[in-house]
Amino acid sequence: MRWETVIGLEIHAQLATNSKIFSGASTAYGASPNTQACAVDLGLPGVLPVLNEAVVRMAAKFGLAIGASVASRSVFARKNYFYPDLPKGYQISQYELPIVQKGLVNIEVDGEEKTIRITRAHLEEDAGKSLHEDFQGLTGIDLNRAGTPLLEIVSEPDMRSGKEAVAYMKKLHSLVRYLEICDGNMQEGSFRCDANVSVRPKGQSELGTRTELKNLNSFRFVERAINFEIERQIDLLESGGEVVQETRLYDADNNQTRSMRSKEEANDYRYFPDPDLLPLVIEPGFLEQVKAQLPELPNDKKQRFMEQYGLSLYDASTLTSSRELADYFEQTVNESGSEAKLCANWIMGDLTAFLNKNNLEITDSPVTTSQLAGLLRRIMDQTISGKIAKQVFEALWSGEGEADSIIEKHGWKQVTDSGAIEQLIDEILVNNPKQLQQYRDGKEKLFGFFVGQVMKASKGQANPGQVNELLKKKL
Amino acid sequence: MIIFHESMQYKTLVELSHALQQRECSSVELTRYFLERIERYNTELNTFITITSESALAQATAADERLAKGTSHALTGIPIAHKDIFCTQGVKTSCGSKMLDNFIAPYNATVVEKCQAAGMVMLGKTNMDEFAMGSSNETSFYGSVKNPWDTGAVPGGSSGGSAAAVAARLTPVATGTDTGGSIRQPAALCGITGLKPTYGRVSRYGMIAFASSLDQGGPLGQSAEDVALMFNVMAGFDERDSTSLNHPPEDYTAHLNDSLKGLKIGLPKEYFGDSLDAQIGQTLEAALKELEQAGATLHEIHLPHTHLAVPVYYIIAPAECSSNLSRYDGVRFGYRCENPNDLMDLYQRSRSEGFGAEVKRRIMIGTYALSAGYYDAYYLKAQQIRRLIRDDFTAAFKQVDVIVGPTSPTPAFNLGDKIDDPIQMYLSDIYTISVNLAGLPGLSIPMGFVNQRPVGMQLIGNFLTEARLLNIAHQYQQRTDWHKQSPPDLV
Repeated sequence: MRWETVIGLEIHAQLATNSKIFSGASTAYGASPNTQACAVDLGLPGVLPVLNEAVVRMAAKFGLAIGASVASRSVFARKNYFYPDLPKGYQISQYELPIVQKGLVNIEVDGEEKTIRITRAHLEEDAGKSLHEDFQGLTGIDLNRAGTPLLEIVSEPDMRSGKEAVAYMKKLHSLVRYLEICDGNMQEGSFRCDANVSVRPKGQSELGTRTELKNLNSFRFVERAINFEIERQIDLLESGGEVVQETRLYDADNNQTRSMRSKEEANDYRYFPDPDLLPLVIEPGFLEQVKAQLPELPNDKKQRFMEQYGLSLYDASTLTSSRELADYFEQTVNESGSEAKLCANWIMGDLTAFLNKNNLEITDSPVTTSQLAGLLRRIMDQTISGKIAKQVFEALWSGEGEADSIIEKHGWKQVTDSGAIEQLIDEILVNNPKQLQQYRDGKEKLFGFFVGQVMKASKGQANPGQVNELLKKKL
Repeated sequence: MIIFHESMQYKTLVELSHALQQRECSSVELTRYFLERIERYNTELNTFITITSESALAQATAADERLAKGTSHALTGIPIAHKDIFCTQGVKTSCGSKMLDNFIAPYNATVVEKCQAAGMVMLGKTNMDEFAMGSSNETSFYGSVKNPWDTGAVPGGSSGGSAAAVAARLTPVATGTDTGGSIRQPAALCGITGLKPTYGRVSRYGMIAFASSLDQGGPLGQSAEDVALMFNVMAGFDERDSTSLNHPPEDYTAHLNDSLKGLKIGLPKEYFGDSLDAQIGQTLEAALKELEQAGATLHEIHLPHTHLAVPVYYIIAPAECSSNLSRYDGVRFGYRCENPNDLMDLYQRSRSEGFGAEVKRRIMIGTYALSAGYYDAYYLKAQQIRRLIRDDFTAAFKQVDVIVGPTSPTPAFNLGDKIDDPIQMYLSDIYTISVNLAGLPGLSIPMGFVNQRPVGMQLIGNFLTEARLLNIAHQYQQRTDWHKQSPPDLV
């Protein structure tokens, strides 16, 4: 039996406004518990919600960026259920008429492009936090987060593998950061993902029973959880069992999903339009304004990079995965007047490696674009070899100054004087008669040995191209 | 010179204001006077849940300073009582419920802020049906309020405490709220004047919610003129209430003396059926004659969906209240049961013990009406019919300027008569409920007595026509003196 996986994702992105969706309290992360929850957020008797305009702007931006229709009229609805971190006993959300309807996002997996449809995106308020540890048999409730604006983005079940799901999630993550509507900080909970997973026999059009996976707070966990769940469901079905529709939590420590609650027991939310809020009416003028303020979107930037800089799809995708990285790249190209490919390699290679090792973002890079540009210029004008350049880079990273002063200080200028190189070659050949004889007898592999010896003798500063040429002549 | 004797209680707001402005008496003296009356009569009438004597005197002192400086408002120094549904900072705000018996509001409702800014002096918080659900003030955790005209009778509800307090002259004016008739019906049963404004005219911020699309706060007083003066303070846009009308309020006293010549009065055929007490019908006829003599003409109109108003209301209001009352869960404030075993126990016992029977009844009805499988048949359908009810009025107002009818189908009934029969109780609101469903303004004024109990006439206007309604009422009150009468035993 061949199985097909069907996956849909629900993503909650916290919108990066200063104040909450329905009150003026601050949304800043990390405050002491219950110091950023005003009367409205606490659901005190008599309080009323008032919509934050910035939130609407951000949702509209998102809608336009995915080519969706931004509803000229959408309605806030109450989602009723009881939980201590939901002060009013209902969440203000959107139900029948969401603000964003029907958009598209393109993803690349293994070099192939695929379109994922987005069913809808709607606005809602976040609940507070329940803290189950640290309180000896009780639960601590922190309502700072209550009322933070969320954009819930729902995809069609268009994904067919964990890989596709992650690609989609990464695409959205990048997009919301590009649009500056969400900081995408998954550790802080600003970008959360639930996955709906089901399997069906290949060729069947009817969907299988799906489970909802929660607690997926990194890209890696999403992929692992989905893969585990797919296996679990297939095993279950192949042994004659049935998949139960339920919510399952991902347990990262054991790499498995565990049942949380059955969807059958799930609440009837009794949605109805919130009578404390008017329908949200968006005028064409407002949308025009938002459209005019849209930045260059990742897809367009990627295309432009490919055309303008002659980069490959892979390189362009990687460099445009974040706005900051793309900006860093372009600035470096401009400042060094260098070959785009050279820039791309250094940024995607050494720079990224150093950033990752030190857990830094591109915005925290101690090597500025002009410093990197300085380094690249010296590579291009052959002042230093590629190998030496790596040492110069390390020095740049450590804050030793600019490329030129580093090269000067360490005496790392590339040796390009043929005479000097020839001298070195002659020395090596004299000191290694056995290998020389073996080479001349036919052991061609030894060429690399000689190159290595010359480079070593020159402390890596000999121009490799010239070494090769001259060695060939002498051998 | 202090003019201070028993007749102070009969003075109109204009007269009191004048006396204060002219320094004929001070606000402190006036406040003491009413506090003394409250002390004398509240035990029997049970109109107040909280009496704020100390802060009242402090507020009165401050008012006197403003009056001396000449920086006062027309109502500076005038005492007022607030229905215990309005949040008052630092003062218990119970909503007539055990659930909020321990709740000290940390902020002021907009209505309270406005009265404070005008320099009015709060005497205390008045009794009410629990969470504004009731038509007799018998569901209050703090016990029933008695009708000052006959202490065996109900004062009406849910603003029973406010209405009785004004009727008994324990306060010159009071605030109330009206969701299905809760200002107008008690005003009628207590022989005073009460106004439910156009929906959105008065801010709901700080006014504990019962049914959000129906609730409106409004004034209760001895006369249309007094109510107009109070309404000037209460009306206005509030950015903290998204349903507040962003439309400038007027001076509601400006047109009190306009002539009624040419006024077209609509009499809905549907209001004059069998459920109307015959004597009330007769009293109303006499009242209408007065209005005709003032220059108005009478016209029969039809409001064909009238018979659906009560069923529609008793789906929409409970639905909204079931959601609005979810926040009372024993977690952050209000009543919490003792030693809860777990979360479910905390919720179940706190709410079962904290809420009274009528509140629980409406929460259950409302939850049912919104539940999966029933939403379309009940809530959605009710909202659609609501539109038809409103359309009835829209059509009527093309033919007439104001619609008149009785406020209540019966005079005040006896305590205990209907409390065990919810449906009977609900039918007390038969004339007032459509007005809330349509969002229109409605004013009740006294028009006589039946079996020695007051009865009221209701004036219904088109959106934002409160000034006109007050004008009609004022002209009627120039020609009659029902509004000047007060309960004989209370002197």
